[in-house]
Amino acid sequence: MEDPMAAIRETFFQECEEQLAELESGLIAMENGSAEVETVNAVFRAVHSMKGGAGIFSLDALVRFAHVFETALDKVRSGTLVATPAVLSVFLRAADVLADLVRAARENGKVDEARTSAMVAEFDQINEIAGGVGPAPQSSAAAGGVFEEDPAPDSVARSCWEINYTPRAELYAKANETAILLRELRRLGEIEVRLDTSLLPELSEMDPEGSYLSWHIKLKADCNEADIRHVFEFVEDDCALSITPPDEPQGLIPGTVITGDNGFKFEFFPPPEMEEPEAEPVAQAVPATAPQPQVIQPSMVKSQAVEAIAAKAESAAAAPVTIRVDLDRVDRMIDLVGELVINEAMLSQRVLEAGITRASGVAMALEELEHLTREIQDSVMAIRAQPVRSVFQRMPRLVREVAAQTGKQVRLIMEGENTEVDKTVIERIADPLTHMIRNAIDHGLESTETRIESGKPVEGTVKLTALHRSGRIVLEVSDDGGGINRARVKQKAVENGVIAPDAQLTDDEIDNLIFLPGFSTAAKVSDISGRGVGMDVVRQSVAALGGRISISSRPGQGSIFTLSLPLTLAVLDGMVVSARGHTLIIPLGAIVETLKPRAADVFPLDRDLNVLALRGGYVPMVDVAASLGYCDQFIEPEQSVALLVEGEGGVRAVLLVDAIHGQRQVVIKSLEANYRAVPGIAAATVMGDGRVALILDVDAVVRNARSETGGRTPEALILAEAP
Amino acid sequence: MSMTMHADSSNRELIAFRVGRQEFCINVMMVREIRGWTAATSLPRSPRYIRGVINLRGAVLPIIDLAIRLGLPATEPTARNVIIVVQIGQQQIGLLVDAVSDILTASNMNIQPSPDVSSDLVKTFVKGLLPVDGRMISLIALDNALPRELEAA
Amino acid sequence: MSTTTVLTVDDSRAMRDMLRHSLAAAGFRVIQAEDGLHGLEMLAEEMPDVIVTDINMPRMDGFGFIEAVRKDETRKALPVLVLTTEVDVEKKNRARAAGATGWIVKPFDPVKLVDAIRRVSA
Repeated sequence: MEDPMAAIRETFFQECEEQLAELESGLIAMENGSAEVETVNAVFRAVHSMKGGAGIFSLDALVRFAHVFETALDKVRSGTLVATPAVLSVFLRAADVLADLVRAARENGKVDEARTSAMVAEFDQINEIAGGVGPAPQSSAAAGGVFEEDPAPDSVARSCWEINYTPRAELYAKANETAILLRELRRLGEIEVRLDTSLLPELSEMDPEGSYLSWHIKLKADCNEADIRHVFEFVEDDCALSITPPDEPQGLIPGTVITGDNGFKFEFFPPPEMEEPEAEPVAQAVPATAPQPQVIQPSMVKSQAVEAIAAKAESAAAAPVTIRVDLDRVDRMIDLVGELVINEAMLSQRVLEAGITRASGVAMALEELEHLTREIQDSVMAIRAQPVRSVFQRMPRLVREVAAQTGKQVRLIMEGENTEVDKTVIERIADPLTHMIRNAIDHGLESTETRIESGKPVEGTVKLTALHRSGRIVLEVSDDGGGINRARVKQKAVENGVIAPDAQLTDDEIDNLIFLPGFSTAAKVSDISGRGVGMDVVRQSVAALGGRISISSRPGQGSIFTLSLPLTLAVLDGMVVSARGHTLIIPLGAIVETLKPRAADVFPLDRDLNVLALRGGYVPMVDVAASLGYCDQFIEPEQSVALLVEGEGGVRAVLLVDAIHGQRQVVIKSLEANYRAVPGIAAATVMGDGRVALILDVDAVVRNARSETGGRTPEALILAEAP
Repeated sequence: MSMTMHADSSNRELIAFRVGRQEFCINVMMVREIRGWTAATSLPRSPRYIRGVINLRGAVLPIIDLAIRLGLPATEPTARNVIIVVQIGQQQIGLLVDAVSDILTASNMNIQPSPDVSSDLVKTFVKGLLPVDGRMISLIALDNALPRELEAA
Repeated sequence: MSTTTVLTVDDSRAMRDMLRHSLAAAGFRVIQAEDGLHGLEMLAEEMPDVIVTDINMPRMDGFGFIEAVRKDETRKALPVLVLTTEVDVEKKNRARAAGATGWIVKPFDPVKLVDAIRRVSA
């Protein structure tokens, strides 16, 4: 069995991540004025809760910082501090510091103490404005000292302990004897015993098995509580036991305060003055679904706030019930449903092969089954679907950091955070998104001076949008900067030999040159975008996921990066084709159109390379079977079916195959699991006949075709082909 | 057809099979399953001994033609050929052989060292020789059966 | 025979896990709620011997929860301990006014928490 404390610790850190996300989104809502009453409470609670949890694990640095943060937030909550943009800016940066402290605590890593104390200093300033700071706990160990009226904790007693001991019947039932306990106590020191018989009932009412006696014991011993507890170790559950250290009031006297050396504090309130508020007639059980606002916050006078909370409570009560499920279980289910889809397809094929007509009952039942299977697949995939929010939530911090590094003022707007994609995809969008946003701020937005000169607002805007479009997720990062400097991009492309000096490129084609390898237009290498990764690498990693990335820009008005990805990496829509007897799947996303090439449009460019004239441009032709090494003989273009495909960065090629057999959704199977990566092949799948079919890696095939011809395919040729 | 496995430390159980005119054996503990031959989907740019991949209950299983791998004439598989599914580390692979011939119990005592010959294939795969009823069965190791990650095709 | 049942009300999973772990180890039966409203739902189902509640929670906080608990005649004598990181005296007084039996400041010492529960439930 695993260590329960380790598991609780892990839960705590998971919870911290959630609370940090809530904190950040709440602060951002406060910043742009969309915060409700409850938002402020939620923000406070997030920090408060982290502090509480951190205390359990003695994460002192975290406790201290959270306390300072919490104090300021509480002031905002109570209205003594106004959340001005300046204050919120401090809060947002404090949230980042808090996130780092959590991370450091989790990984036992280092804390940037200078940064933390600088942040604390900023809080001091804020708090000064609001007047007074609550004393910060020095450490979790000293946290008990916050109540000044409390006596100092005293862990080792010198003289008289008071022990109240009331055995229950079970104690005797379990064959324990009070006499033995008293004898044990005597070993610790001097004892004085008083028997309390006040609870003894009339003899007639006495249960012979019952227990009615209490002992009040005074123990004079140089011991600590644990020693005394040890005596009662086996009977503790079967008696009422209170142990009071010498210099404390005895037992259950109202007003008792017990403090521990680790900050523990228990205060037993005196009974409330008997004048209870007029007890309104209240139902036995408070109905949980329709809470009365007064029940929640009777002391609140501002009806607006009450209503807001009541509304929130109601909406929360009506919120869908959720359960947590181990991801492994969901993944297993997705695998199984994948099997089901394959089996269903196999069955269909067998039935057709057996000569059963489509109109027969069997065929119709099969169709029904196919329908159901798809529906199950969709539902199961939906379980793993997650809103992109988790990735979006990381972006405000990134924007703040990059803005600080570049000295630009940036406002981030996010839309479509609830757009859902499969978990397999969500993990893969953070990196490209990070690059796109860095790029938008670093290269997209002009410097503050330039913006002022061109009459734009000083604060640049970066907008991040997620939406579903034709079965894919589309992420857009737009900026209101200067747009791409096409003259400079083109000049650079010519210098690098990427395009011919006289190449005629459309504006879009020039813009997308930035995705070509080794392309960086920044006149000075900047820290931010120049972290060794160019847009070409981003494009490659996106392409590896079956995604595409492109950019369009309008001079003076800004640029839009568009990233589109499949909604899942578990299934793929593909075109089933055959090439020299081999069945292959070509991802539908890569196919622009199918063609039937005419001999007159095919021109040899090289010994091994033909190009196809297409709407005024020339596109290189790739014989798929030959490219994969299945054969040496090139297919006659007129006898083939051609597919115009678009690979990385919009580079196009014509793939030649023998025949097209239709579209199909396939379950993606890894080749690497039992073998290794195969050049030109992205993955495998299982077809209706139970055989494995390979999924073509379109980008690799296109790239391979070009490198085999010594890279002599002029880029301009492809780019010149009008889209 | 599937095999049950016995974990007996003192005596090793070996599964013997024929490839061409020779007999080989491997530790039965490695064997996950034995199944009939089904047509494999050939993989581009793969070594000749990789017959391709088949569907093993949803997993993609590479098939090694053991004959080619061991330097013998290639197998012409028919429905009578079998695939021995073995576990090597984290991966499962299928071995195309002619037939399973025997289950042997052998202690280390029975196993003769393989003669020092210059053949690289023998050095790579043959770990010992077992004399059984006048037959000679080569004990082979499969660790090097699959092409390495970066091995050029 | 009768095991002491403790209802804990806390919105933090880590804190709930921690409470369950320490209280179950001490032989208590532990039932748990995630906030005040949830706590009231649980109280509609069964009567614990002691309640240990947090203050800052969504939907219904600890003050509202304690007040709602006390409005029911049958729960007037039910001990309600507040377990919180709040160190503000004003908050403590508010909890007292709402009808709390005791006030415990986190980080709690499991042994002493158990002791406190035993004191009020005995």
